[in-house]
Parts: sequence; structure tokens; C-alpha cells
Amino acid sequence: MYAQMVKSTGHGVKSRAEMSAEEAHFQDRIDAGEKIEPKDWMPDGYRATLIRQIAQHAHSEVVGQLPEGNWVTRAPTLERKAILLAKVQDEAGHGLYLYCAAETLGVSRDELTDALLDGSMKYSSIFNYPTLTWADIGAVGWLVDGAAIMNQVPLQRTSFGPYSRAMIRICKEESFHQRQGFDIMMKMAQGTEAQRRMAQDALNRFWYPSLMMFGPSDKDSVHSAQSVAWKIKINTNDELRQKFVDQTVPQAAYLGLSIPDPELELNDDTGHYDFSEPDWSEFFAVLKGNGPCNTDRMDARQKAWDDGAWVRDGLMAHAEKRNARTAAE
Amino acid sequence: MSKEWPLWEIFIRGQNGMSHRHVGSLHAPDAETAILNARDVYTRRNEGVSIWAVQAADITASSPSDKGPLYEPSEAKVYRHPTFFDIPDDVGAM
Repeated sequence: MYAQMVKSTGHGVKSRAEMSAEEAHFQDRIDAGEKIEPKDWMPDGYRATLIRQIAQHAHSEVVGQLPEGNWVTRAPTLERKAILLAKVQDEAGHGLYLYCAAETLGVSRDELTDALLDGSMKYSSIFNYPTLTWADIGAVGWLVDGAAIMNQVPLQRTSFGPYSRAMIRICKEESFHQRQGFDIMMKMAQGTEAQRRMAQDALNRFWYPSLMMFGPSDKDSVHSAQSVAWKIKINTNDELRQKFVDQTVPQAAYLGLSIPDPELELNDDTGHYDFSEPDWSEFFAVLKGNGPCNTDRMDARQKAWDDGAWVRDGLMAHAEKRNARTAAE
Repeated sequence: MSKEWPLWEIFIRGQNGMSHRHVGSLHAPDAETAILNARDVYTRRNEGVSIWAVQAADITASSPSDKGPLYEPSEAKVYRHPTFFDIPDDVGAM
């Protein structure tokens, strides 16, 4: 989802027999539900996987500001504008909570930024889609933040203390995001015929990209078993995707909008909706950098980083000069 | 030339009567900016009435490997807990 395709060690789960005494003790602590804190001993693979996962999540929050920021100046009313600004500011905050969790693992903020900008670290595929109309802002809040919540709520129980605490904070704030999105969708769906068409169009375009957020099907996701054993992945991709569909279909019905999937049907035997898989070749193409907005997003991040350099350097130079003066006195 | 802004640990007092509590960290060039950034990052929903910012490099932390020497001695001193002592019910609340 916000962290897609994060490979852990690249091997299967280590068996007890393969573990060193330290690793076995570590696994015992996790199995007993203990939290791991930054200075505790941890396997290198646990540390490396967590850095990749948390950083990818942080990058997603930060890049996720771009499609919505696109509409701040064009929100239909002053109230909507203030709400959208507050939401975009929250996304910046969420990125910062997560970067600081990643930094406790011994990586620096600048290293993480560099990795985003040079493409060696990814952000969620969803933010490479454009927000073409105001209804898209509704769809992003309702569907994208809705999918994010599905993933983030269980991650509050993740084994790494700082990550868990960041998730708890984020989840507290995320519900506002989804509700404001649904509120926009309600207004549009109950509005004029043209507004209703915009709402349906936004749902049509964001439905499958939202399903992709959870990552490929479990049968193709061979690297998650170790992350599950370490409790840095709590549910499988398919479990979360199913939960999301089950929750969202009735909400779409309430709006009077139709999900763009002719195969969608409640399965009486399972009690869950059967639905069509997204086009995974599109997902992999977007991850590779070939989505509609990948270049725009990275250009915007690079520009923000470059244009901000003189501010970062200037404030640092000023602080150092003042510290030197204070020390001399 | 670019140098990363130092890391600050942020403590927030949720309301008067409570102690300051660690909420996370952030980067800032100096203490004043750390407070301003902390306001934006950690108090967007009235979470605080007071902020402390401490440069992370100035914090001395105990090491997890000291857990034994530091905390085991108190495990043997069960008499520090009031339940160690049996006081007859007849005495009443104590």
C-alpha cells in the first residue's frame, strides 16, 4: 500500500535451527508481543527492511501532497480550501513522523531524501495518477485515504516501537481525511447531473489504482513471510484488499455511484464481494516510472529540494555563527 | 557545503497538571526554530500547552545491555511494595 513491494531479506523465513542465539531471543521477544526499541539488538535484515518500508511510507506521504496541493488554489469555496490545506499539512506531518521513526534506525534524513530523488527508494504507485477535477479530491480522500487506513490500523501493532507510535498518531488524524473526501463525494453525487458525472468519472479512474495500493496478490508476493514473522507486516495484501472492497462497495451504493467492475458481486458463500483484479502490468509500469505523473512528481520534489537549499544552508550558517558568538562570550 | 540540520527531541505538555512527554523528533537549525517546527508538526490539534526542544546529541541514554546491572537489584527488594506486608483485616484500611 503506502509501502508496496518492500522486499525483506530476499530469502524465506529463517527457521529456528538457522537462527543464532541472538536471533532466537529476538524472535521470542516479538512472538511474546514485546516492542523492539531503537537501541535494542536486532537482525540486520529487520533493520534494513524497516528502513525501506518506513522510508517508502514517508516518501508516499510527502509526494502524496502533490496531487492534492494541485487543487488548493482552485477549491470551490474558502471552507473547502481551508480543509484541503489542513489535510495537505497533515500529510507533511505524517511524512515527518515517519522519517523520524526511520532515523532511529541509524539512517539520516538527507540519505532518505537522496534515495527518493535518485529513484533508489520508491513511493506509492497511487500518487503517479493525476487529479483532473475537484471530484478527484473527493475520490482521493475517500478511496486512497480509505485504503491507507486499512493498512495503517493493523500497523499500529507493529513490533518496532517508533513505527508503531508514528502509526498511532497517523491513524488518529487519517479518519478526518477519509471523511472529508466522502463529504466531497456526497456533495458531488447529490449535485447537478454534470457534478454527478464528475464524481462517477473520478471513481472510475481511481478504483483500480486504489486496489493496486495493497500490492500484488499474495501468491506473487514471495518476500512477505519474513516480514510477517517479524510483525512488520500484519495482514496479507489480499486480505486488506478484500476488506477494502467489502467496506467501499456499500459506500458507493450510498452515493448512487457504480463501481467500474462488471464482475463485482456479493458471494453468498463467503460473505465477501468477488471482484476483478487490477491490471498488474499497469502497476509494474507505474512503479518502474512510467505512470502518467511520475516525471512531474519527481521534478516537483527535486525542485523543492534544490530551491530550498539556500534556506537550509543560510539558517544553518546563521545558527553556527550565533553559537560561535555565544561560546566566545 | 550542505549540512543537515541537527535533530531535536520534542516534549509536549498536554495540559497543565501533566508532565512534558516525549512525542518524537524533528530537524531544525536552532532551538527557536525547533519550537516553531514542533508547533506545526506535533500540535496541529491542540495537543499541547508547552513545548520543550532538546538537541538529540545532548541526551545521554542508558544502554539496553545495562538492563541487568541497572534494574535487577530492585527485583530482589520486594519489601518496597506495600503488599509485602500482611496487615490483619482487623486493623482496618492502611
